[in-house]
Amino acid sequence: MEPSELKRSKDSPNLDESTRRLSFPDEVLERVLSLLKSHRDRSSVSLVCKDWYNAERWSRTHVFIGNCYSVSPEIVARRFPKIRSVTLKGKPRFSDFNLVPENWGADIHAWLVVFAAKYPFLEELRLKRMAISDESLEFLAVSFPNFKALSLLSCDGFSTNGLAAIATHCKNLTELDIQENGIDDKGGSWLSCFPESFTSLEVLNFANLSSDINFDALERLVGRCKSMRVLKLNRSVSLEQLQRLLVNAPQLAELGTGSFSEELTFRQCVELESALSNCKNMHTLSGLWDAKGIYLPALYPVCTHLTFLNLSYAALRSDELAKLLAHCPRLKRLWVLDTVEDKGLEAVGMNCPLLEELRVFPADLFDEEIIHGVTEAGFVAVSFGCPRLHYVLYFCCQMTNAAVATIVQNCPDFTHFRLCIMNPGQPDHITNEPMDEAFGAVVKTCTKLQRLSVSGRLTDLTFEYIGRYAKNLETLSVAFAGSSDWGMQCVMGGCSKLRKLEIRDCPFGNAALLSGLEKYESMRSLWMSACNVTMNGCRLLAREMPRLNVEVMKEDGSDDSQADKVYVYRSIAGPRRDAPPSVLTL
Amino acid sequence: MERRVNYENELNLMATELRLGLPGCGDDEPQRKTNPSIRNNKRTAPEISEVSSSESSSSITMSGSDDQDSPPPAKEQVVGWPPIRSYRKNCLQSSKRNEVEGMGMYVKVSVDGAPYLRKIDLKVYRSYPQLLKALENMFKLTIGAYSKREGYNGSDYAPTYEDKDGDWMLVGDVPWEMFISSCKRLRIMKGSEARGLGCV
Repeated sequence: MEPSELKRSKDSPNLDESTRRLSFPDEVLERVLSLLKSHRDRSSVSLVCKDWYNAERWSRTHVFIGNCYSVSPEIVARRFPKIRSVTLKGKPRFSDFNLVPENWGADIHAWLVVFAAKYPFLEELRLKRMAISDESLEFLAVSFPNFKALSLLSCDGFSTNGLAAIATHCKNLTELDIQENGIDDKGGSWLSCFPESFTSLEVLNFANLSSDINFDALERLVGRCKSMRVLKLNRSVSLEQLQRLLVNAPQLAELGTGSFSEELTFRQCVELESALSNCKNMHTLSGLWDAKGIYLPALYPVCTHLTFLNLSYAALRSDELAKLLAHCPRLKRLWVLDTVEDKGLEAVGMNCPLLEELRVFPADLFDEEIIHGVTEAGFVAVSFGCPRLHYVLYFCCQMTNAAVATIVQNCPDFTHFRLCIMNPGQPDHITNEPMDEAFGAVVKTCTKLQRLSVSGRLTDLTFEYIGRYAKNLETLSVAFAGSSDWGMQCVMGGCSKLRKLEIRDCPFGNAALLSGLEKYESMRSLWMSACNVTMNGCRLLAREMPRLNVEVMKEDGSDDSQADKVYVYRSIAGPRRDAPPSVLTL
Repeated sequence: MERRVNYENELNLMATELRLGLPGCGDDEPQRKTNPSIRNNKRTAPEISEVSSSESSSSITMSGSDDQDSPPPAKEQVVGWPPIRSYRKNCLQSSKRNEVEGMGMYVKVSVDGAPYLRKIDLKVYRSYPQLLKALENMFKLTIGAYSKREGYNGSDYAPTYEDKDGDWMLVGDVPWEMFISSCKRLRIMKGSEARGLGCV
């Protein structure tokens, strides 16, 4: 008898009524539900009725937890007995920018202990902004015999010794994805820990690490893992070594090269180009560290079918980018450094009509004398050539309201609009007015907007616009903006779908904080730092809303009454018990 | 209008009377300070420029004039701004160091017995193992591993370099940064002469 049927007969003693209500058998329901992958759909399903709740929980194999403190591992294990794959996110996003104290929390270990007991057949673990130690990695490696996929993004607390444990013990590993972590790189010997008999790896990404690895071990590993489709090398792998790897792995779909700058002989260039041209499945290319323009033509053979090109570690000039993009007509996603300047972005507009996502990162962060980088002109040029653009992350040194209005007119389908004018509080550089109208245009025109990051000089008017028009907005990031509490009140009152709000260095105080009283339970979290919120305001919030965790991080030497950093989130697990002394739970 | 901010008040009334000001916007407002996140008692928005907290480490420029054309104030490093992950910042900073120092550092490399010399760009490498690997590749020879006691003992080859004083030194003794700043040319010694070096 299916477990859900058992539960059903226990829960509903009045069987006749239930059978009349539920018009099709459990087997069918569960079969249908097992096809549901989206966790949001599953959440909706579970709210329909008790039967559906049970059917859903027994059929769920993957659980996504957006805030590790919103729930406890015990609660998760009790509700979902058959989990094979877990995605967990920990620290607030601003921890990426050093705004969260070192030992804040989000340690994975307690979760692993519960998983080892309740999910011994766990296969996948994907972590973002969690703290994970080498001991935890070792524990993971030996506790789950079926373990297949480990992905660590923006995590910290571990070293390459932990990776060695994974390589040594996980006999069925298919994915090892180490991205942008605070990892203690003690050397490359971890890679040699994969046993000679090990052949299952499909995804290997160690681009994050800087140490030299044993190339022979890598070459043998790649050679015997015939299903490998994603390989992202670190900087220590040379061009010549890359060529040797590619010769044995023409099936690769995603490649992250190593260093792209060594001296190559003519023959070596030809060999590299030939190896790349054999990679008929390759659609994603990244790495290209320190790329020298003269070697880029070796990439031309794969450029024709590339859909994602990540040049954000290659400081290319505009002419170098233009030449390369002439060969990339199918590009959908492009990441570049602002060394390509506006002229390079013009080339994007001219060559990549299918572009959907553009990210422009700053190369010179502390250069005071010369203004390099990109301006509004580059963004406008892209918008004319790429009408399908819907995701943008743009770091620039100047912007105008008129330019943004033009941009969204050309590209009305933005879902993610993240604009960072790098000098905080900078106005429209031509009219000297605030950038209110720019973001007004964005929210009025882009009705599908889900994520918005604002910058430049902004008054409360920006937030009035956001509250009035951005009805689908889920994530909002604000820095150095606004004039008064009213701004934040507009957002809290108007953005019905808001889930994540992160604010720093804005003149929003207690009135603003408390205006969202009823809203926070429908949100994942709120972050406010260097604003005008006080301890009293936070205490009031905590008192009125017991199902929220209100955490305050104090900085040394600050006024006792000020709440320097506030992090508010809903939780069914109650206040957390692992907070360090600098974090006060109210 | 008085700009002094009263830090004793919990409610910072001045904050709600903000008028955002930068030079040339038509007001006589002083220029905005750019590092509000540095730890101090300041609870004002960045638009208020005057900070009287003793902990403030800023350089405040008070310019009431319309000088849009003057260069922006010295960009002090605001914590966590611009919002780039540390990993990316670190990568970019190390690349930048390489670029800023010029068009590359090409030095001649000679190998005993070879008919002609080669040139390599030392800037491309970040460690001795990388450099030695590149030399091994370029000349199809084996240099092996360095040890402080024995040099490259066991190998037929010994990599040496001429330093700023004109002396021939064994590659590997000094820290990498010191090496690349003092290396003028490289010579890979071969045979008995090379083996002799390891026993000194």
